[in-house]
Amino acid sequence: MRGFFYLIKRDLTLAFRRRGEATNSLVFFGLVVLLFPIGIGASEKLLSEVAPGLIWIAALLATMLSLDNLFKEDFQDGTLEQWALSEHSLVSFAWARLFSHWVITAVPLIIVAPLFAISLSLPAEAIWVLVLSLLLGTPLLIFIGGIGVALTTGLKKSSMLLPLLVLPFYIPVLIFGASAVEVTAGGWSAAGQLYVLGALFVLGIALAPFAVASALKVSVSQ
Amino acid sequence: MNIIAKWYYRLGAPNWFYPLAGKMIPWVAAIFVALLIPGLYMGLVTAPADYQQGESFRIMYVHVPAAWLSMFVYAAMAIAAVVALVWRVRMAEIMIISSAPIGASFAFIALITGSLWGKPMWGAWWVWDARLTSELILFFIYLGIFALYNAIEDKQTAGKAMSILTLVGVINLPIIHYSVVWWNTLHQAATVSKFDTPSIHIDMLIPLLLMAAAFQFLYLLLLLMKMRANLLEQDLASGWVKKIVFERQKNLKK
Amino acid sequence: MAEFFHMGGYAFYVWMSFGISALVLLVNFLQPLLKHRQALREAEDYYSEV
Repeated sequence: MRGFFYLIKRDLTLAFRRRGEATNSLVFFGLVVLLFPIGIGASEKLLSEVAPGLIWIAALLATMLSLDNLFKEDFQDGTLEQWALSEHSLVSFAWARLFSHWVITAVPLIIVAPLFAISLSLPAEAIWVLVLSLLLGTPLLIFIGGIGVALTTGLKKSSMLLPLLVLPFYIPVLIFGASAVEVTAGGWSAAGQLYVLGALFVLGIALAPFAVASALKVSVSQ
Repeated sequence: MNIIAKWYYRLGAPNWFYPLAGKMIPWVAAIFVALLIPGLYMGLVTAPADYQQGESFRIMYVHVPAAWLSMFVYAAMAIAAVVALVWRVRMAEIMIISSAPIGASFAFIALITGSLWGKPMWGAWWVWDARLTSELILFFIYLGIFALYNAIEDKQTAGKAMSILTLVGVINLPIIHYSVVWWNTLHQAATVSKFDTPSIHIDMLIPLLLMAAAFQFLYLLLLLMKMRANLLEQDLASGWVKKIVFERQKNLKK
Repeated sequence: MAEFFHMGGYAFYVWMSFGISALVLLVNFLQPLLKHRQALREAEDYYSEV
């Protein structure tokens, strides 16, 4: 347990010292959102209609791309191997890594998401649901994506492989996340979607670290 | 040694599996042809035309078996993944990687024929309904498994990584499927699964079941062929391949 | 016979479906045959050099 908190503390400190890396995915998120009005036209009605799905897709892509180097450094400098050999379990290592990654990349994204939502003229009442759905959804994206990253960690070039492995598993999160926002914007209650998202959240947080740990073990043994 | 342990070691041994599969292939192929010919004949000729869909419903005889098999193959792969990870049977890994392209092919056939069936029925080549969308996702998952195995050079690592991904997939597939169904319920309901009150005429059902059985044996046939080819390719430098090569040359000289 | 191939006006859709399916499955059938033959040849080369 002590190792667990130590890891989280270390990762957060490291990330704070290298703020540039964390802001990269934020910039990417903003750029993707910017592309849509340019691509499909700046009509306010059209934009507010597609805004829920659009913001969710942008957040999903930004999160996925931020994952690319999640375990690479630990793999190359031998940290991962030491963890696998030590008395601490790889599951807690995975959990700590994924959690601090969420704090570093997803939390800033959730904070700025309302700004982009406003710029796409999403109704004000839907913005709270957007934040809530992102709070439940982004950890899932990171935990599921972590499995894909762990499986491809030992590879030299894996850039196009990760999306292929990870995106199919993102679909339920996208469906319920985007639908929650959309339904609220339409004036109904999004409780059902948020409950399902919550259930998926609990399931993902509980199970994914085990898959990540066993995938890491395979990558290390190589 | 008890019987289960004996079979367990034998199935895990390529020198035993390779010739056995070779002996099985002609029989499996014969059963496949024996099921396919009456299935095709009844499906294309004797089954009466559907009163709503006319002759176009005959597409069902490839579409539905392919869709069933695309799911069946994944289920078989998931079982093999458990065997591969828990008991470390390499043959199970070979079975998964040999199955993945077959499963992807069945999913691809289901998608293409679904599209060809949809055009005259719905008036569009592609409709974003729950089943077609799920099938498309399944197709991509197959591609992912295949790509992961081929991207990792060390085949021992690749086999384990692929098995983990297969298991992650089998946990996620029901969630994905029900999410997609919830997202869009537009397609006609499942008509064949309820056998007590079949809503499909018996003359139409028999060729469908024949075709499904034929596809089942086709999967087995392709699987055995691919497993043999993959084993031979991977085990080039091992003793059992050496033995096979020398026996072959001896036979050729005779 | 012509009526059979006509498929009540759905000839294109029905025969395309069966044709593409047959083609895809044929590729699946030929691929391991070729691969097996090539692997065997490689094995023979390998052991004739040893």
